[in-house]
Amino acid sequence: MGAWQSYRLRLQRKRWLIRAFRKRRDLRAVANRTDRITASDLLVFCTARNEGVRLPWFLKYYRDMGVGHFLIVDNDSTDGSRAYLAQQQDVSLWTTGASYRRSRFGMDWMNWLLRCYGHGHWTLTVDPDELFLYPFCDTRPLRALTDWLDASSIKSFPAMLLDMYPKGRIDAQPYAPGQNPLEIASWFDAGNYRISRNPRFGNLWIQGGPRARLFFPDSPDRAPALNKIPLVKWHRSYAYVSSTHMLLPRGLNLVYDEWGGEKASGLLLHTKFLDTFGAKAEEELTRHQHYAGSSEYLAYAAGLQDNPDLWCRWSEKYINWRQLEILGLMSKGNWA
Amino acid sequence: MSLGILMLVHTALDRAEQVARHWARAGCPVVIHVDSNVAQATHDAFVTALSDLPQVLFSRRHRCEWGTWGLVAASQDAADLMLAQFAGVRHVYLTSGSCLPLRPVAELIAYLEARPETDFIESATTADVPWTVGGLDHERFTLFFPFSWRRHRALFDRFVRLQRRLRLRRPMPPGVIPHMGSQWWCLTRKTLQAILHDPARARHDRYFRRVWIPDESYFQSLTRLYATQVESRSLTLSKFDFQGKPHIFYDDHLQLLRRSDCFVARKIWPHADRLYRAFLDHPETAATRQDPNPGKIDRLFAKAVSRRTRGRAGLYMQSRFPCHGWENGVTAGKYSVFQGFAELFRDFAPWLAQVTGTQVHGHLYAPERAEFADGQTVLNGALPDSAAARDANPRAFLTNLIWNTRGSWQCFQYGPRDTPDIVWHLARDPNAQISVISGAWAVPLFTSGAPFADLRAEAARLQRAEHRVLDQLRSPEAKARIRIWTMAEFIETPMEPLQLILDEIAPAAARRPAAPPEMADLAGFGQFLQTLKNQGMHPYLMGDFPVDPQPRPAAGQTRRPYLVKK
Repeated sequence: MGAWQSYRLRLQRKRWLIRAFRKRRDLRAVANRTDRITASDLLVFCTARNEGVRLPWFLKYYRDMGVGHFLIVDNDSTDGSRAYLAQQQDVSLWTTGASYRRSRFGMDWMNWLLRCYGHGHWTLTVDPDELFLYPFCDTRPLRALTDWLDASSIKSFPAMLLDMYPKGRIDAQPYAPGQNPLEIASWFDAGNYRISRNPRFGNLWIQGGPRARLFFPDSPDRAPALNKIPLVKWHRSYAYVSSTHMLLPRGLNLVYDEWGGEKASGLLLHTKFLDTFGAKAEEELTRHQHYAGSSEYLAYAAGLQDNPDLWCRWSEKYINWRQLEILGLMSKGNWA
Repeated sequence: MSLGILMLVHTALDRAEQVARHWARAGCPVVIHVDSNVAQATHDAFVTALSDLPQVLFSRRHRCEWGTWGLVAASQDAADLMLAQFAGVRHVYLTSGSCLPLRPVAELIAYLEARPETDFIESATTADVPWTVGGLDHERFTLFFPFSWRRHRALFDRFVRLQRRLRLRRPMPPGVIPHMGSQWWCLTRKTLQAILHDPARARHDRYFRRVWIPDESYFQSLTRLYATQVESRSLTLSKFDFQGKPHIFYDDHLQLLRRSDCFVARKIWPHADRLYRAFLDHPETAATRQDPNPGKIDRLFAKAVSRRTRGRAGLYMQSRFPCHGWENGVTAGKYSVFQGFAELFRDFAPWLAQVTGTQVHGHLYAPERAEFADGQTVLNGALPDSAAARDANPRAFLTNLIWNTRGSWQCFQYGPRDTPDIVWHLARDPNAQISVISGAWAVPLFTSGAPFADLRAEAARLQRAEHRVLDQLRSPEAKARIRIWTMAEFIETPMEPLQLILDEIAPAAARRPAAPPEMADLAGFGQFLQTLKNQGMHPYLMGDFPVDPQPRPAAGQTRRPYLVKK
């Protein structure tokens, strides 16, 4: 990479940071408990809109993993989730009525909070429907992973989005608050992911899974990206560029090995496809607040009318992380 | 109290205290060195916490940065103090704060009692071991290292290069032969005293102070001068990864460690409560001991290193995306590609599946859709048959398919109508077995009976496409097992090449083809080609077909190739 391009990426990074600085005015603190964050705390950053039904499990899942504090932006929820979150002692909550789309799908808000509170911490930036999974997560807390990453001088950790879905109609089994969503959405696609390299930012671009299989069979390039780098030892000069797909400086995107080896990686189990999905997709059609004019949601709405079953004969049922490791979706790398 | 413990501590002081108490409880004197990077207040609290134990002493503090002299100086001072204060100590064991005794201390003492003269220190000459990381082996003894590798890497590297260019060499102290090994040793009082009270110690120290990573070579080299009986292994179980940093043990390693048969393990994650509880509070006794199986731990960590450096062949994923040529296996397993066979033979795919017992697909790269075996629309791993998704990344489609079906041999058809971008990936993959009957694409045209003008255009297009395919297959960089016959050549003796291919796919299969596949009826094919020629389109890939051939025996009556049976 030449000095010129390097300089342009630097300018771009500054631009996202300035934008995040401008967008800070969108946020109004509801409960700022960030003074309780201790130096070694692991932090979760999250934007939520009408996710009340998912939040109990979300908080429990990450608390059990060893997360010390949650920093959540509530985007104009109307389902009472704001009040629920404000009561949680390990949650700092901001609220905003501003446009999700015009904050680059929440990333400006995230970049701002990360810059203010994430510096020097291991930070996990996830959505309420994403459950982070890493090697040995059943026997070792998240701190074991971050300590190991620190010892190995690794600053960012990848976790591909793995779409989970139920067998049968999406709305067949109702989801209750506090329930493990994987009890319902327990199936996934094991081996239909396409990868290419993004020469500009150095990250991998991964597409595939059930969404590409069913909703974008004829326009595969429009299928959603699945590559994510949610776990980062944050520095105030870092910035997420597009969702958590890629970061600047671009060295943080080099989470894959190019010389034949495997680096350690995890997964984000994406439990979007519960019975709540239909209503959400419908709402997004009128709000137009999602990526690429919500084209993804248009495709879903059309696809869901024809064939509401994402399951196929070759779907795999989720057992544990070791299964996903054997299938080659994630890797232990040299962590043993 | 014939065993004394030296402990180098820099972090997780609560764990260090726990372990120090464990040693002390068993009657071992302990000398602790606390890194001078540790804050004074933390240090003082630590000292106070252990002040109730008279046999725990603290030595002079040094700054211990990885790979620097500080670690050796700390060990020297601690050893000095140990030898001076505890006259009964016969063996001195160097440990770190993250070491954990796995077996009862009494067993270790008894073990050393039985070997009073033996020094346990891993020590090998640099020429004989490939341990070093970063390419510095003997040079770490002959060059100067004034810059920190951790903090000033660029300066470090440049200075090494400069010295290489100038051919600088440091003289070695007389008699010293450089040896290297694990820094965690257990030496006898006699050897330690000889090293520490050697009249030449000042010279040795001066020399090793400028060696790179002296803690892996100071005692290792000097022991060789004085020891009567060196056992070149460390009593501390310590595994290193591909970058030379130690693997860390967690709670889930409990069973492995129990069966490791080692006295001390390093390094333990400070929050591994279960390990500390298990080994310090409830140390096992001879009665509860399981059979030692140290090989298991070796295998576990050797596998981790190979996963990190070589990975799983044929896997492309979020954290493994090898550059061109570094795949270590372009695909995950063997497979066969057939071009022209399905055109020349009727029902070739079912015949092949029956004879070889493999999964035989149709044209996976057909323009309409991927023709999976048995008419499936989705294959293993939920791979869809969409042509658009496949053509968005033809290589990923292939590697996914082979990865998803690993363990079973895949066969598929290819042809000049199919996605051309995959050919090069097939050609350079040593796992691919590619068999081509060139020009066989003309058979379906011949039997189709479509208007001749259309056929002529289509034939020209297919011939161009196949020509490009053959060019790529004949490239010197092609690594697949490639066989190309012209159609004329092939139908002379069709069973011979078929047998060759089958033997490769299923060498042990007892199922010899009972009957060869049925060939398409080629009567009039020569005339068909001649008509194409007459139209100005010259079909050359199929070889020479006479316009009016001698009547051939039907395919069913072709003599089987002569097979030598044992």
